[in-house]
Amino acid sequence: MPKVTVSSALQEQSFELNDEDSLLVSSEKAMNKAIPVGCRGGGCGLCKIKILSGEYLSNRMSKAHITEREALQGYALACRIYPLSDLKIEIVETIDKRKKLTRSV
Amino acid sequence: MKKGVMRPGHVQLRVLDLEEAVLHYRDLMGLIETHRDSQGRVYFKAWTEVDKFSVVLREADKPGMDFMAFKVLNNEVLDQLESDLIAYGCEVEQIAAGELDGCGRRVRFVAPSGHNFELFAEKEQTGKWGVSNVNPEAWPRNLKGMKATRFDHCLLYGPNVKECNALFRDVLGFDLAEQVIDPEGNLVGAFITVGMKAHDVAFIDSPEPNQFHHASFFLETWEDVLRAADLISMTDTSIDIGPTRHGLTHGKTIYFFDPSGNRNEVFCGGDYHYPDHEPVTWKAEDLGKAIFYHDRVLNERFLSVLT
Repeated sequence: MPKVTVSSALQEQSFELNDEDSLLVSSEKAMNKAIPVGCRGGGCGLCKIKILSGEYLSNRMSKAHITEREALQGYALACRIYPLSDLKIEIVETIDKRKKLTRSV
Repeated sequence: MKKGVMRPGHVQLRVLDLEEAVLHYRDLMGLIETHRDSQGRVYFKAWTEVDKFSVVLREADKPGMDFMAFKVLNNEVLDQLESDLIAYGCEVEQIAAGELDGCGRRVRFVAPSGHNFELFAEKEQTGKWGVSNVNPEAWPRNLKGMKATRFDHCLLYGPNVKECNALFRDVLGFDLAEQVIDPEGNLVGAFITVGMKAHDVAFIDSPEPNQFHHASFFLETWEDVLRAADLISMTDTSIDIGPTRHGLTHGKTIYFFDPSGNRNEVFCGGDYHYPDHEPVTWKAEDLGKAIFYHDRVLNERFLSVLT
């Protein structure tokens, strides 16, 4: 089974991918907490990642979160990525955005 | 209905893959597909609604809400409200009759939250689906999935909640049924109604304009909400939270996502509002309980997952 390695500023971790599932759902099933879980439908942008290496298929995702230029640079939403090989990815920090959204509560 | 606005009329949502979305709204939620137009948009209604449609899906490269519309009493009211909106300083656009098949002239305006709203006076009425209007049976027997009974409301995120409340109150005759107030006394959540429902549309404060939180559909009972949850699991549909109860409005609810990440709700029960009622207040510092009455803490998705 292919494996994904997630690097962040703090640590590197890896988990195994399921054939049927998107990268995000594989991550959820592996109890991995590194990739934030949002709508799982390519709409909200919470699970934004950068794919550093590996082969994958991708489904349509919101252009509000992944522009065509970003897609060419390897940016993607993990919920729309179906890996074909081992992947190396990093999390694109969306924490600042979430803090802004919670300013009033 | 102080200014002649009667009720919610329709919502147009953007989806990434139209046919995938049709399976969700028609076969899982149980809406009735009533029409497809020359632009490729798909129209739906819930079975108890008399109008030809209440939900329109449009394929686009980013999901979210195009607009939400309210029906007004007649064309005189529509003309009056159009000039009232312009006088109030709103950006107003005329949409010709027939731009949506079966719908009359629409008046579109931008709320201070950045969302597009519409008013219309005329739409083709096809009657409740599957039951007669004379000696009607209790329900049609060939409904699918969750058997959603009506499009009920939208929750929208954006700035200027206070200004949105003032516009809908002063120009369109809405009442503030329930509100969220922060420790400084600011209105950060407004649940507003034109009738007896706890909300026909709601706004929650957020810096980014024109964000869509959910479109909600009414079910009759808690058992129906539980059955909806079963169907969400059976179809491996992306779930957000529930079944649970809201503190705000006290509705019994489940949140889930369509295949493009637009959030949907089905719910039952909830509070009612008469025009002489004071607004119900929830404190922003207790927002966890206000939103999810049982967990009493917000899941992160409630505040950050929007389309």
